[in-house]
Amino acid sequence: MYNFDFHRPSTLRQANGLMGKLEDAKLLAGGQTLLPTMKQRLASPGQVVDLGGIPELAGIEQKGRNLVIGAMTTHAEVAGSALVKAALPGLAALAGSIGDPHVRNRGTIGGSIANNDPAADYPGGLLALGATIVTNKRRLAASDFFTGLFSTALDEGEIITKVIVPTGAKFAYAKFRNPASRYAMVGVAVAKKGGKVAVAVTGAGSDGVFRWEAAEAALQKRFSAKALDGVATPSAKNLNGDIHASADYRSHLIGVMARRAVTTASGK
Amino acid sequence: MAGTGIGARVERKEDFRFITGKGNYTDDINRPGQAYAYFLRSPHAHATIKKIDTKKAAAMPGVVAILTGDDIEKDKVGGLICGWMIHSKDGSPMKSGGHPALAQGKVRYVGDHVAVVIAESLAEAKDAAEAINVDYEKLAPVVDLATATKKGSPVVHDVSPDNQVYDWHLGDKAAVDAAFKKAKHVTKIDLVNNRLVPNPMEPRAAVGDYNAGEDAFTLYTTSQNPHVARLVLSAFIGIAPEHKLRVIAPDVGGGFGSKIFIYAEETVCVWAAKKVGRPVKWVSDRTEAFLADAHGRDHMTHAEMAIDENGKILGLHVKTRANLGAYLSTFASSVPTYLYVPLLSGQYNIPAIYGEVEAVYTNTAPVDAYRGAGRPEATFVIERLMEVAARELGMDPAAFRRKNFIKSFPHQTPVIMCYDTGDYDASLKKAMETHDVKGFARRKRESAKVGKLRGLGYSAYIEACGIAPSAAVGSLGAGVGLWESAEVRVNPVGTVEVLTGSHSHGQGHETTFAQLVAGRLGIPIENVSIVHGDTDKVQMGMGTYGSRSGAVGMSAIVKALDKIEAKAKKVASFVLEASEADIDFKDGQFSVKGTDKSVDFASVALQAYIAHKFTGEQLEPGLKEGAFYDPTNFTFPSGVHIAEVEIDPETGTTEIVKWTAVDDFGVIINPMIVEGQVHGGIAQGIGQALMEGAVYDKNGQLLTASYMDYQMPRAGDLPSFTVGHTTTPCPSNPLGIKGCGEAGAIAAPAAVINAITDALGHEGIAMPATPQAVWKATQASLAKAAE
Repeated sequence: MYNFDFHRPSTLRQANGLMGKLEDAKLLAGGQTLLPTMKQRLASPGQVVDLGGIPELAGIEQKGRNLVIGAMTTHAEVAGSALVKAALPGLAALAGSIGDPHVRNRGTIGGSIANNDPAADYPGGLLALGATIVTNKRRLAASDFFTGLFSTALDEGEIITKVIVPTGAKFAYAKFRNPASRYAMVGVAVAKKGGKVAVAVTGAGSDGVFRWEAAEAALQKRFSAKALDGVATPSAKNLNGDIHASADYRSHLIGVMARRAVTTASGK
Repeated sequence: MAGTGIGARVERKEDFRFITGKGNYTDDINRPGQAYAYFLRSPHAHATIKKIDTKKAAAMPGVVAILTGDDIEKDKVGGLICGWMIHSKDGSPMKSGGHPALAQGKVRYVGDHVAVVIAESLAEAKDAAEAINVDYEKLAPVVDLATATKKGSPVVHDVSPDNQVYDWHLGDKAAVDAAFKKAKHVTKIDLVNNRLVPNPMEPRAAVGDYNAGEDAFTLYTTSQNPHVARLVLSAFIGIAPEHKLRVIAPDVGGGFGSKIFIYAEETVCVWAAKKVGRPVKWVSDRTEAFLADAHGRDHMTHAEMAIDENGKILGLHVKTRANLGAYLSTFASSVPTYLYVPLLSGQYNIPAIYGEVEAVYTNTAPVDAYRGAGRPEATFVIERLMEVAARELGMDPAAFRRKNFIKSFPHQTPVIMCYDTGDYDASLKKAMETHDVKGFARRKRESAKVGKLRGLGYSAYIEACGIAPSAAVGSLGAGVGLWESAEVRVNPVGTVEVLTGSHSHGQGHETTFAQLVAGRLGIPIENVSIVHGDTDKVQMGMGTYGSRSGAVGMSAIVKALDKIEAKAKKVASFVLEASEADIDFKDGQFSVKGTDKSVDFASVALQAYIAHKFTGEQLEPGLKEGAFYDPTNFTFPSGVHIAEVEIDPETGTTEIVKWTAVDDFGVIINPMIVEGQVHGGIAQGIGQALMEGAVYDKNGQLLTASYMDYQMPRAGDLPSFTVGHTTTPCPSNPLGIKGCGEAGAIAAPAAVINAITDALGHEGIAMPATPQAVWKATQASLAKAAE
């Protein structure tokens, strides 16, 4: 790790001010990616602005038909929240499946989506659920927010404040873990609300999280794992391949995980 | 068994300090004035070093010194050595390329040591290392084992223009050729034994310290054999004569073989300590461990087995290519030769065996002994062959094994080993009953109902442990003897210190060795301390590897205890005023035959030191004895492991659902510790079979250089193991011990792969059988079934 200056604002306003003023500054949320990267000397920000001291970024609320999750809410808090478990048990389960207990007790929803690791779990879930990402400047639909591998629509210094997740969907997330890292090698989130079905795939796409439209069309006709029989899985051309999984294997696993998510979401 | 003697489940004495954070590991050792070493490592697999410019780096804050291969050369620090000479078929000695502790003119693998920065802090050393400017001229690397010796390949060491280290053989080729001519059936297989990274929990570390007043060095290091480290650093590398070099291996957190070897880092730390006039400390990080700890295995093998019309094996021909990496590590040459081919007979009566091994250099990390060292590779070959042959012959794999078991002992194999004792039928029978092999068909149907494929696989393994008779290994090329030493010091109050040349780095010697001593002397186990790992305390020893500490190390203690008892009887005869011949010793009491006169051990110890009851002419005071034990044979632990797996054909995930191990370790000192050893070994074997594999890309970059990409077995990946024993005591050592440290890692890979191929309808599959690999094999198997 290289030397850096550390800042810990106690209000969003202060944080915003610092980000406007400081050069070469990085926001620190749960630090589950930034800190290991810094320790390995792969990242060397001169300034680190810790969001951990800002009370307004924490907490989970039910507001009307939405869950509102503060950006600094840890995965363990989402996983253990009675509100989330009642409204969207699949989202609580998704959060509870991230990393290990250490990661879940430090890592945050805001940090995860700002990083947009292609193997992260939240992007798939939030895309399928049609969540809205709220920043200190604006509101962004999940579909506009996630723009590619490790990239988002966030501007330099823009701070995520909360995530608004509509409830009322039948939702489940199934993932196949990378055997070594335990990150999602393929993760499929399925949400059914009324007649609309969304299927979002994480871990596999060479351009990050994406929607699998052919599966959505089939599941809109009949919300059952069987409906996916005969639906071609996403083309390997657009998927990642590495020593753990070829693009073909990932394509196959998308089908398997989608069926498993549908079965769980439909409560069968 | 109650009590604390041999056979008792005594809780480990060392665990209190380990689980309460009170252990004393090398990284816990800090010397006054200590500086920190950081190694600049090669980013290239193969390159010429044209120039190293350290000027800018040397001026950076905190830098004490920057040393390179030039300094090593100037100071005439010898190169690292390989301590086992192997001769090729044509009689020529193996081609040993130079191995300087810091690269001289050339780097040969990613992670090779280019320079060391010694600074006031590790962070400053790292900063300065980044400022060193190395002018490399990149060379094409040799990475692929299969093509390493092809004409036109880049050359790793000039001494070997074709990258061959040796082309060695063992056995009677003519007899094997004749056997194949007679054969009714020949089974052929091609196998890869995957390359593994050892991954002990504690990474390697070293602190070099130099005392100018006494002109003496101390090296604290993570070693499985501190005396061998001292011998090599002194006699070959030339740091200091042995009496001026003390090597201390304090608590060591696992080794699995990787801490046997004498590496560049500890060599540099102890040399640099004098050069810079400061103690120098280095602690490996996990990435360095992946890059530069000696890896294990990495074989490609073609094997053929000749079988007659009755299903009896006639002969075996095995041809292996072994990757030894960029340099010959300390014992690298012996692993794919004498630790491998002599085990290819397995538990079977095979009249003719011929093994050929071609060892090659590549631009990858050095490869050396890793838990089992050669014996897991041999077991994998023979046990895969047995499985495939049985299926080709339409025989039950257990019945085919039973038919070919060696049934009388001693048994001389055609490849050196003389098995002293065993009962292979007994362990197979017990394993099959314990496992409920009969119920397998029902369990397979139940799995099928939920869409899972179930398979069962055997592994009937043998290993040669208790290494080794010194004269025998000397005749095979070993540079050292493989005896062990012990010294038993009885204090005047009757407490006992045992100094042993064995080294515990997880094995529990402080408990098991104390059980032996307490039982023998009839004293409380708390009154016995085991001292190891310090060349100033223990005079000489050969260390711990190859499951030798029980069979060899404890045998040396027995010899010393024999002498203690003899001396103590003399003392007791004066105390009890009886003739020495009339003194009995039992349960800690010396008594006079046919009388009620007796005295306890502690009182005799006191009398030995106050020396009031005898004169100097009659007896020497004191009670302290030493012994060296050189084994007369290897020991031959054996057993049968049965793995049962369930495969999810949709994802290719393999779950180990049931595991039975029945091992014959001879006499067992502490069943709890032995079970722990077996559990850990099986876990590592399952790791090799399903998960672990070091992968280099074509440029020689290690793709699996962290836990993000190198999968280690986790508790959740493993079932509850059922572990049982049969016992045929080893006849060649006084305790009847065979050894247990490596058994699980030797047995497990073949059992897992045999189970997977059983589940898949006999498609071959390579290790590691990852979900992707199993899914592909499942697709192939389903496609074949559909035809």
